[in-house]
Amino acid sequence: MAAFDVDYLEVIKEKVLKILVPVKRVVDYNVKVRVKADGSNVDLANVKMSMNPFDEIAIEEAVRLKEAGIASEVVAVSAGLANCQETLRTAMAIGADRGILIQSDVDLQPLAVAKLLQAVCEKEQPQVVICGKQAIDDDANQTGQMLAGLMNWPQATFASKVVVAGQQATVTREIDGGLETIEIALPAVLTADLRLNEPRYATLPNIMKAKRKPLETTNPETLGVDVTPRLKTLKVAEPPKRSAGIKVADAADLVMKLKTEAKVI
Amino acid sequence: MAILVIAEHDNSSIKAATLNAVTAAGKIGADLHLLVAGSGCAAAAAAAAKIAGVGKVLLVDAPHYADQSPENLAALVVANAAAYGHIVTAATTVGKNFMPRVAALLDVAQISEIVAVEAPDTFVRPIYAGNVLATVQSSDGVKVITVRATAFEAAAEGGSAAVENLAAGPDLGQSKLIDRELTKSARPELTAAKIIVSGGRGMGNGDNFHQLLEPLADKLGAALGASRAAVDAGFVPNDYQVGQTGKIVAPQLYIAVGISGAIQHLAGMKDSKVIVAINKDAEAPIFQVADYGLVGDLFEALPALLTELG
Repeated sequence: MAAFDVDYLEVIKEKVLKILVPVKRVVDYNVKVRVKADGSNVDLANVKMSMNPFDEIAIEEAVRLKEAGIASEVVAVSAGLANCQETLRTAMAIGADRGILIQSDVDLQPLAVAKLLQAVCEKEQPQVVICGKQAIDDDANQTGQMLAGLMNWPQATFASKVVVAGQQATVTREIDGGLETIEIALPAVLTADLRLNEPRYATLPNIMKAKRKPLETTNPETLGVDVTPRLKTLKVAEPPKRSAGIKVADAADLVMKLKTEAKVI
Repeated sequence: MAILVIAEHDNSSIKAATLNAVTAAGKIGADLHLLVAGSGCAAAAAAAAKIAGVGKVLLVDAPHYADQSPENLAALVVANAAAYGHIVTAATTVGKNFMPRVAALLDVAQISEIVAVEAPDTFVRPIYAGNVLATVQSSDGVKVITVRATAFEAAAEGGSAAVENLAAGPDLGQSKLIDRELTKSARPELTAAKIIVSGGRGMGNGDNFHQLLEPLADKLGAALGASRAAVDAGFVPNDYQVGQTGKIVAPQLYIAVGISGAIQHLAGMKDSKVIVAINKDAEAPIFQVADYGLVGDLFEALPALLTELG
């Protein structure tokens, strides 16, 4: 094939690069959660809810790719109760073009969410999905990887830098020993780490504008996905609390106590 | 049914966290097979065979497993999953990367970062940055599990398992490693260190990390860590971060210097045996979890500490 054809194809494809960003409504990161008296679950009554911080980073990255002229559309998706709409409006205030709410009262676990996203991906045909690397409520760190597996797409998790060019993404990942850079073909799933970017604050005009952006509502039944939970929570408990110890007078006192009392040096 | 543990390795040796995963798997109580998939990794497999409790080492040696890319590794695990009731690995950045892919392809849930085994189908795992422990029961036929290394002892040496060669799967070619920049340090690895000296925003800048914290770490044979604030401020590289989304550590001694103690940081270190906090703000939350608190200016306290240690 002539080089011209390939370039032409890439230009066309670049113009329609669609990014899907799943966003989760979670307990705000500043809230210290409490366990219900009967130990059945955490108490979420009257607790402040926000968008999962890593999902905010994911939305920001997608919007930046659009602002850079690389992406043409950013679609936010959320699965859960009706008030996940608020989370989608937040995503649209940051710059997502539209929202999809998959409404369900069921306790949606990562595998179920990944299957719902798979159904949305098959319909929407995005070239890139950017997830937050983990939700700060269940700390599961699974959904993006599961979606990549179900779609048989490559994955680039824990991204701290993303470059999308043509049909490829070059992603710098945070790994235990430092950083690594990988190259993957699109379509692909990326998951955002903390330092991928610093999300903007949604301005009032953008919050107002977000209210008029399209928000479509669907549900697991319509998408044909069985969301039955696979894990049953038998109980939840608070871990044993550490109690505050003592104050030492100075460095000499500290070294003495570490040597003779704690015996750790 | 037997348990399959997937080893993390650098083709010549087994990563420490795998030893903790082996101990966790041992608590489930079945014959334990350890998969070593890599390239030119016979030495790693030989090391794996010496881990106590391992019944058999499965060695897969092919160029496309050199980097343990999640696509190839997950496909290999899934292809060999039928004989196993549990598939287990350590919750490192490698384990967290490929294991959910395995779970999805097997159509089962993953049970992330377990800290205790209650029964072969019931596990305890932290949620909400470790502020809550959930006991969960899996109804799936295969339990796919990642293990929080700090919650289990490391398996000892002393085994003599047979090493069996396993056929490689196809190279899916979905991912290409371009570069790895590993932080080079003569100090112990953060997650395996017995003592950790950690700095926060109070350190002021990266130079102070070098001039004040590093000598203390070297004196104690400690690893260096940091709070998110210190990493965000650019004092130290990302991989120093201890916390909910950074590294989870549980050393014998954790010295927090100029760290206020946000819950996200506490989530990463509150299981340390002894915690020392040095902070000029007597009201800093870090003092609520510290066994020994030194209220004072770290720029005076650190040099004094070095002198006292001799």
